[in-house]
Amino acid sequence: MSTAVERFDDKARDAFDRIGQNEVYEGELLRHRVYTRFLHWMVALFFFLALFSGFGIYLPWLFRWFTPIFGGGPLAREMHPWFGLGFVIFFGLQTLNWIAPMMWTPADTRWMRNLKKIVGGTEKMEPPDTGFFNAGQKLQFWEIVGGSLVYLITGIILWAGARYFGRWAVAVSYVLHDLSAIIMLGGIFIHIYLSTIGEPGTLRAMIRGAVSEAWAWTFHPAWYKEVTGRDPIEACEEARRRGQILKP
Amino acid sequence: MSDRKTLQIKQISGHSGSSAGFDMQRDAEVCKLIDTTICIGCKACEVACVEWNDMPFSPTTFDNTYQTMPETRWNFWNLIKFNEHQREDGTIQWLMRKDQCMHCADPGCLRACPADGAIVQYTNGIVDFQQENCIGCEFCVSGCPYDIPKFNPTTKKVYKCTLCSDRVGGGLEPACIKACPTGCLKFGTKDDMKFIAEERAKQLRENFGFDKAGVYDPQSIGGTHVVYVLHDAENPERYGGLPKNPVIPWSYTVWKWLFKPVLGTFALFGLLGVLFHYVTVGPRVPQPEPPLKKEGPDVHRG
Repeated sequence: MSTAVERFDDKARDAFDRIGQNEVYEGELLRHRVYTRFLHWMVALFFFLALFSGFGIYLPWLFRWFTPIFGGGPLAREMHPWFGLGFVIFFGLQTLNWIAPMMWTPADTRWMRNLKKIVGGTEKMEPPDTGFFNAGQKLQFWEIVGGSLVYLITGIILWAGARYFGRWAVAVSYVLHDLSAIIMLGGIFIHIYLSTIGEPGTLRAMIRGAVSEAWAWTFHPAWYKEVTGRDPIEACEEARRRGQILKP
Repeated sequence: MSDRKTLQIKQISGHSGSSAGFDMQRDAEVCKLIDTTICIGCKACEVACVEWNDMPFSPTTFDNTYQTMPETRWNFWNLIKFNEHQREDGTIQWLMRKDQCMHCADPGCLRACPADGAIVQYTNGIVDFQQENCIGCEFCVSGCPYDIPKFNPTTKKVYKCTLCSDRVGGGLEPACIKACPTGCLKFGTKDDMKFIAEERAKQLRENFGFDKAGVYDPQSIGGTHVVYVLHDAENPERYGGLPKNPVIPWSYTVWKWLFKPVLGTFALFGLLGVLFHYVTVGPRVPQPEPPLKKEGPDVHRG
C-alpha cells in the first residue's frame, strides 16, 4: 500500500498505544494493538446499532419491538443512517489498518480447499502456512469491505430519497441494502461463534490484545513462526511431551 | 353513508395480522370521477382543498402556463396540471387535469411503507396517511407511481390527499367535489362513477369526434378510486404525465412480501448453523489439548 497510508497507520497505532495498553503475560504473544481493538469495537458498536435500528424498518411485522429501543420509529429511522455512517468510517479505517495482512496469497487458496476438514473438526491444527489471518477471516473481511461499499452507496440513495434519485434508484437500492445486511448478519453469527466458544482463547486478542502461544501455533502457525522464530509443530509436540496442561 | 363502516380499515402498512372487523360488513367502494373534458381550470377545487384541510396559503409559481405550481406540495394536495397540446393539424388543445392522490386499489405507498399503521386503506377504497405513525423514511414516495406523497422536512412526515376521509366518513362528498362549478367532478360509488365515465366517453367518441376518448382506471394497480375521462385515453402522459401503465417497483412486491422474510429466515439459519456445529463437531481448542479427567470416585454425580 501507499506509504502515506502506512505512515498514517503507524502514527495511529503509536498514539493509541500511548492512550491504552496491551496486556501480554508470560507465555503469550501480542496479537492486536490498541488501535486495532479500538477500531474493532467501534465497528462492532455501530454495526449493532445500525443492525437493530434497521430491523424494525426491515421486517416491521416481526421486529417492530426493536424500534422503541431507539426512541420509536421516527428516531430509529433518523439515527439509522448516522449509525451506518459511523460503521463505514470506522471500518474504512480498519481496512487501511488491515489491508496488508488481508491480501490473498496462494496459501489461502490451499486453505480454502482444506475448508471441509477444518469445519468438520478432523484437522486439529491449521495448515502450517496459515499466517496472521486465515483465508476464512480474509474472506469475511473482504465481504464486509464490499458490503460496506454497497451500504454506503445505496444508503445515501435511500437517505436522500426518491425526490433526488428517482423512485427506481430507491427501489433497487432498497433490495441491495437488504441483501448486504442479510449476508453480513449471517457472517456475524459465524464471527462471534468462532471468536468465543468455537475457538476458545480468541476473545482475549480483542480484549487485552494477547493470545496464548498454544493458540498461536494452533490457529496461525506461520504467524507463530514469524514472531517467535520457532517451529509451530515442534513447539506443540514439545508441550505435549512435557505434559503441560494448557488452559485455553 | 353516514355510518362508521365507511371508514372500516382494510389494509394496514407494516402490520402483522389482519385488521379487526375487515370483511364483516358489505361496504361500497367510493370513487371520484374527473371529467377532464369539462374542466375549465378555475382552480376552485385547489382552494376548497386548502380551505377544508386548514392548510396555509401556498406561494404560487408562475411558469407561463395556467398552472398554480409545478407539482403538489406537502400542504397543497390538489393541483390542476395544465398542458398546451399541439395537435397534428396545428391546432391547440388545452389539457387540464386535476392531480391528486389516485387512491389505488393496490397502493404502492402502502406496500412500500415499513411503519405499522402509518398508511391504511379503508374498505371504501380511500388510502389515508396516519402521520402519528409515520417514521419519515419516504419509501412511499418511491412506491407511488404518481409522485403524490410529499415529505415535510420540518415535521419529517409525509402528507397527501385524504380524499377527505373526514368528510366521507361523515357522509359528505370531498371538498373539491363540492366546489366544482362545472360538474367536472363527481363523487359516488365506484360502480356508478365507472358507468357514468364510460357513458361520457362513449358520448365523446360518438358525438364530439374524440375517437380515442376513454376512461383512465389503470388495471396494472387494480384500478384507482379516482377515475378520469380523457379526450385521448391512449396518451394519458399528455395530461401532466399521467402514466399509462403505472407500476409498483418489484422491491415492494416480490422482494418485500416474499424474499425478504425468506432470506431473513436464512440469515437466522446462520445462528442455528453455528449452534449445530458446536453440538456436533464441537469447539477447536489450542493444541495440545489437556487430557480429559478420568472417571473416579470423586466425580460429582448430580
